[in-house]
Amino acid sequence: MQDYIQGFLIACKGIPVTVSVSIMAVILGAAIGLLLALCSQAKNRPLRAVVRLFIDIVRGTPMLVQALIMAYGLVWLIQSKGVDFKWPSFIIPATLVCGLNSAAYMSEVIRSGIEAIDKGQMEAARSLGMTHSMAMRLVIIPQAIRVILPAFANEFVTLIKETSVLGYVGVAEILRRGQLWNASSYKTFPAFIGVACAYLLLTVPLSKLINGYQKKMSKKEAAH
Amino acid sequence: MIEVKNLKKSFGDLHVLKGIDQLVNDGEVLCIIGASGSGKSTMLRCINRLEEPTGGEIYIDGELITEQNIDKVRTRMGMVFQSFNLFPHKSVLENLTMGPVNVKGESADSAKQKALKLLDRVGLAEKANEYPRNLSGGQQQRVAIARALAMDPDVMLFDEPTSALDPEMVGEVLDVMKALAKEGMTMIVVTHEMGFAREISDHVIFMDEGYIKEEGTPKDIFENPKDPRLQDFLSKVL
Repeated sequence: MQDYIQGFLIACKGIPVTVSVSIMAVILGAAIGLLLALCSQAKNRPLRAVVRLFIDIVRGTPMLVQALIMAYGLVWLIQSKGVDFKWPSFIIPATLVCGLNSAAYMSEVIRSGIEAIDKGQMEAARSLGMTHSMAMRLVIIPQAIRVILPAFANEFVTLIKETSVLGYVGVAEILRRGQLWNASSYKTFPAFIGVACAYLLLTVPLSKLINGYQKKMSKKEAAH
Repeated sequence: MIEVKNLKKSFGDLHVLKGIDQLVNDGEVLCIIGASGSGKSTMLRCINRLEEPTGGEIYIDGELITEQNIDKVRTRMGMVFQSFNLFPHKSVLENLTMGPVNVKGESADSAKQKALKLLDRVGLAEKANEYPRNLSGGQQQRVAIARALAMDPDVMLFDEPTSALDPEMVGEVLDVMKALAKEGMTMIVVTHEMGFAREISDHVIFMDEGYIKEEGTPKDIFENPKDPRLQDFLSKVL
């Protein structure tokens, strides 16, 4: 039992890194995702094609491969041009990769959220003399956010689990902590059970929170 | 003054408007009647370019309306929709102040004072802080009229403003529109309310198959219709 508790506590030391990378990535993902969603609806064809290509590449390759490219490949490339470059911390490429991944997913969520808003809303806003972008900012996006908020929160839970691949690029998150302890103590089963429990400690309460919020919202909707 | 010249609109192979000419003078009320699919809503929506015309020109006070000046023109042209289209995430008061504050740059305070006056005018002063979903259809449409008026428009466009309402709520909306007409607002109204068209309009046009088939004073149209399609239409709706 002592081993299991120790395994859990060691894994928990990775929680601050896992959570902060996830939070930064979800914010980055929401911001870039919104930009991608707006670009994917633009009239400009080349712009739409670039967005589509980016999304296809990000969603069509494993995040681990992207992380290796970003953390090591990119450094090699820049150094091969004779520029002295090193990531100050691997947390930076790790967060970028998670954020870009998240953006590709969220752009689709945001796009469908925007499309779910009745087109009469845009017409009403434009008929008051608002420009397209003003109407998006003041009328469409605030309404779309309510539709997509649960998907955002779910994406956060997904990110917490996906950041586990970042141990492979030297980020001391939950899984990495467990692996290091396993390597020095050979207590393999307690080490990884501890890792699993540390993830559950984060994801279960979060999922419960989201479900509670969704139930509250649907009750509120039903009341009207 | 609104002047429509040889207005045409097609959706692919479907020719909805086949050449419309019309003049609406300041202070005039024009009612557009006709069967569903006759192009009357499309004509209205072309005037403020919610639909882009396929051909022809539209002038407001002698100025040609184009893709470039449309945002500016729309501030002078209020629009009321069949399905109200109030902003559900904003209170009634905010629905009225949003345009003046964000588009015309009015101060929040003066926009609010004006909005309260307008709500009083449509009989909904006590609903200022409610959200649209808590209002009946008739109340929502009165708020939508007030929202359009908050921009101080020169002309008001109404696209079947009572068609989505329960019958007992039609009267309250028509009353607001009648008061507006009596105050001298220039209005273009697409409507199925023949009683309203007869009582309020200065000019009525009957649209059919993308053309103005007959036009004239309400008396001409309702008491002495000449076109057989209009006679047939009136016999069905009156």
